[in-house]
Amino acid sequence: MAVVKTISAIGHRIVDTVWRIGVAARFFFLTLLYSGNCLRRFHLVIKELFSTGVMSLIIIIVAGLFVGMVLGLQGYETLKRYGSESALGVMVALGLVRELGPVMAALLFASRAGSAMTAEIGLMKATEQISAMEMMAVNPIARIVAPRFWAGVISMPLLAALFSAVGIFGGYLVGVVQIGVDEGSFWSQMQAAVDFREDIMNGIIKSVVFGTVVTVIALFEGFDAPPTAEGVSGATTRTVVTSSLAILMLDFVLTAIMFRGA
Amino acid sequence: MERTTLDLWVGMFVVAGIGALVMLAMKVGNLGTYNVSETYQVHAYFSNIGGLKPKASIRSAGVLVGRVTSISLDTERYEANVVMSVDKRYQFPKDTFANILTSGLLGEQYIGLVPGGETEMIKDGDLLKQTQSAMVLEDLISKFMYSKASEPAKEESK
Repeated sequence: MAVVKTISAIGHRIVDTVWRIGVAARFFFLTLLYSGNCLRRFHLVIKELFSTGVMSLIIIIVAGLFVGMVLGLQGYETLKRYGSESALGVMVALGLVRELGPVMAALLFASRAGSAMTAEIGLMKATEQISAMEMMAVNPIARIVAPRFWAGVISMPLLAALFSAVGIFGGYLVGVVQIGVDEGSFWSQMQAAVDFREDIMNGIIKSVVFGTVVTVIALFEGFDAPPTAEGVSGATTRTVVTSSLAILMLDFVLTAIMFRGA
Repeated sequence: MERTTLDLWVGMFVVAGIGALVMLAMKVGNLGTYNVSETYQVHAYFSNIGGLKPKASIRSAGVLVGRVTSISLDTERYEANVVMSVDKRYQFPKDTFANILTSGLLGEQYIGLVPGGETEMIKDGDLLKQTQSAMVLEDLISKFMYSKASEPAKEESK
């Protein structure tokens, strides 16, 4: 009977996952439905922008600088073999604007801000603050979830743009200042190759999608967490794991749609 | 409305983010350099375009004067129809010569315009009749091999 038990356990997990996806979709829809209130009282969103966006600034800037510097160093080593060091700017800029900016910023955002959101809402639930709100006829989705959702969606593209800009500066520091690639060709080849609509806008669209997905996962995991210490810690872990995987998979899908045939 | 330090921080964050975006657009992207000024369209037929792609640059005397808009195969002539949009500031004579050239040995391909001697200027929608196709490396190699193969025979006959 062990076989039957195993199969039924697997089936149970699959059904459970699909069930949770359904609940998460309904949760996302409700968040959009109740967003009107927090967009009218915008100071709620601003408060959350501070804790998600401003507090993530340092990690984004430092990470972006180092990623750009590594790109500059590695790119130089490879391009040198073909005698095309002047294309270093193109490589650094395209790599950051198309892929690394949105993806790395979203991964950092998920672990920096997403986990905090889940833990906060999970603890609110565990200490019955959410039930108390419902008692006072305050809709917890409108009051707690929606401002955080919009803060995440707004701050993600800004963080990704900052990551790319700082990263390009890092690549410039290593490539031009330290190694001595020609400054003129670094910038002019970059400008000739990077297209505003094709590359920069698609990167921004990517980061908006990632911001939406990461915040929805984080908020849903918090809202759905069992109201125990163990439950909250499990939910926080799941937020980071699920949103990281979701970012990487979605990145492949979006890249396949956006840059095919380019 | 009362102001808090929190608003200041959020404001700084938003300004920094938008500033980064503008910097990306202007300094990194092509929005700052290539302004979409008024253009006119001309087209030309090439028997082989090699690796030419839409948005490739059009240069005259090395100066960027426009971009390739679209490339399609004309099934009546079985030649590539290349539509180009050229900046209105630059007018070319009617007998302008269009070549497909390569920047550097392995660089990207672009169209070079060499103006002719006519006094009448080209108009929107006109056809550039004189064209030269792209150099395809295989063709060059086969020509070279062909001439090499025929060389020793010549010397023997002498």
